[in-house]
Amino acid sequence: MSDAEADLESGELLHRPGALARYGPILLLTLGPILAALVCSSLILLAVGVDPLAYYGYVLRRGLLSGLGLSQSLTRTAPLLLLAAGLIVAFRAGIWNLGVDGQFLLGAVASAALAPAIHGLLPGWLVLLLGFALAGVVGALWSVLPALLKAYQGVNEIITTLMTTFLGISLANALVKLVFLDPGTTVPQTRTLPVPDRLPRLFDTTVSSGLIIGLIAVLAVHVAMNRTAFGLRLRTVGANVRAASHFGLSVPQLTVATFALSAGFAGLAGASEILGVNGNVRADWNPAYGLMVIPLVFLARFHGVATIALIFLYSVLLIGSESAARRLGVPQTFTLVLVASMLIFFGIAEHHLHHRMRKAG
Amino acid sequence: MEALLTPVFLSSLLTGMIVAGVPLLLAGLGEQMSEKAGVLNIGIEGMMLAGAYAGFWAAWALESIWLGFLGGIAGGVLVAIVMALLCIRIGLNQIVIGIGLTLGAEGLTALLHHFQFSRTYPRLPAPARVDIPLLTDLPVIGPSFFGRHPIVYLALAMVVVLAFAYRRTNLGLTLRAAGEKPAALDVAGGHVVLLRSAAVLFTGAMAGLGGAYLANVGAGTFIPFMTGGAGFIGIVLAMLARGRPLWVLIAALVFGAALSLTTALQVAGSNIPTDVIQMLPFAAVIVILVAFGRRARLPAALGLPYERGKR
Repeated sequence: MSDAEADLESGELLHRPGALARYGPILLLTLGPILAALVCSSLILLAVGVDPLAYYGYVLRRGLLSGLGLSQSLTRTAPLLLLAAGLIVAFRAGIWNLGVDGQFLLGAVASAALAPAIHGLLPGWLVLLLGFALAGVVGALWSVLPALLKAYQGVNEIITTLMTTFLGISLANALVKLVFLDPGTTVPQTRTLPVPDRLPRLFDTTVSSGLIIGLIAVLAVHVAMNRTAFGLRLRTVGANVRAASHFGLSVPQLTVATFALSAGFAGLAGASEILGVNGNVRADWNPAYGLMVIPLVFLARFHGVATIALIFLYSVLLIGSESAARRLGVPQTFTLVLVASMLIFFGIAEHHLHHRMRKAG
Repeated sequence: MEALLTPVFLSSLLTGMIVAGVPLLLAGLGEQMSEKAGVLNIGIEGMMLAGAYAGFWAAWALESIWLGFLGGIAGGVLVAIVMALLCIRIGLNQIVIGIGLTLGAEGLTALLHHFQFSRTYPRLPAPARVDIPLLTDLPVIGPSFFGRHPIVYLALAMVVVLAFAYRRTNLGLTLRAAGEKPAALDVAGGHVVLLRSAAVLFTGAMAGLGGAYLANVGAGTFIPFMTGGAGFIGIVLAMLARGRPLWVLIAALVFGAALSLTTALQVAGSNIPTDVIQMLPFAAVIVILVAFGRRARLPAALGLPYERGKR
């Protein structure tokens, strides 16, 4: 898989050329596919009898232009950013961590089990801190098996992480229903962290400060991957495993570290959703953000700032389409179509650009 | 514990094993073909879902379960065509495009289902079964094994056909060359792109058929996201089977049994929570991977696009 990993590393995920010329084409390359995907999904909306302009107008008004919508979009950004931070680490190190959903949910359950139990006994900030820490550790622990199998046995991590994610989703549900069930309610859910004890809101808004945590995480990962020796080591492993071990890097250790970081961020993402927004985990709750964030991270070419921009746009789309589902009767799954077509057009665009540049010499 | 070993429990377990195992078998056999040819087909979940939707739609609109299965194959192949064009013809990253296709198929089928069926929720009539005389009358295993839909027998026949094709015909060798050393196949006059595309289309057809079976025979209707990871399990089956169709069959039945244990236990009146039981098949895979992981061998060129003249 070393060449595939090299693609991952270089950020030229969808093709395998050398570096493209910088920036100018990249902007075109990002906006072009987005426009094409909007046109393509508009045709689908037309086909099912929905006015695409009315739909997108409603989504924008609801998700971006109304005060409540905007703050909901910004709040929703937090878990997505933390997931993206973890995915950037993994992908740049050439590791396909496709198990973030399981890591996310187990992190969420861990924080929901701990925080309400110790709140009141400890100061509020410490409760939150411990909640996040436990979630990160639990998320990281859930990746130990795929990490060890990949590092020391060479077992393909795509398979093991997919399996652990299914396992983790069921385990999280079982934990909520059997172990951490709140005896005080009839709804099967964990005990609830009271609203005043959750992550503070930003200034006068209703935006959860999880947003700040998410932004810091993505930017920190961006700097760490590009500007530190550790980041260089991970990128080297991602670019060429054999070269990395010839160079004297301990590939197995770096693999385990990558998994731990990546899954740890996924656990933190779960905690941010619980300690910041929901306060508890309801039985069978699974927002399945993970697989959706993967295409976004690729569209952003693992670039921190681009990731933040795309994830914000996606949050607007999520929040807007949630209420469009109620008001216009277009189910929210439509956003999946939009993102998938964006990804496909992006791949085609990059391919064409690559060919044109090679012809031009 | 002995209360569990009643004929009712065993019979519903075996029946469930077949009903849940056949879609996995079809998906696993399909994925195996792709992997042999060097394509890691993560889009198979989307192909199954497209097959489930198209299969149900065709069976409902044309009032024929057989046309329904053809529709399912067409749905799966449609997604596979996109995959073949993007990942093999153009050479885009197979995993990213695979995830994209799965997400797209999830969204599109749920969207279409919403606008077509969410007010009426039509159901198909119970499918016809083929009872094999005498064998069907055997106690416990009779109705489970020998009173099944013809697709079940077709899937079993595919195991034999593929095993023969891989082992005894030129196709098996050519596929292996495409997966291990595509450049060598190219030099020898084989057509890597064509062969890999055909393998992916075959995967689409098998996955689509599996999806249509899920919808038309298993559930009798289409439900959004109804494959629930069956395609991903198919990928695992193909990897565990190390290129052998018979192993896919065995693993699919084990998985099918684990998946259907939930219903069987409920029938038997047990109160083990479903979430715990649902963990069984995945836990089993992980145990197997821990035990035999080192020996799982994948084709050398798996996941790598082939471009003539490059290295």
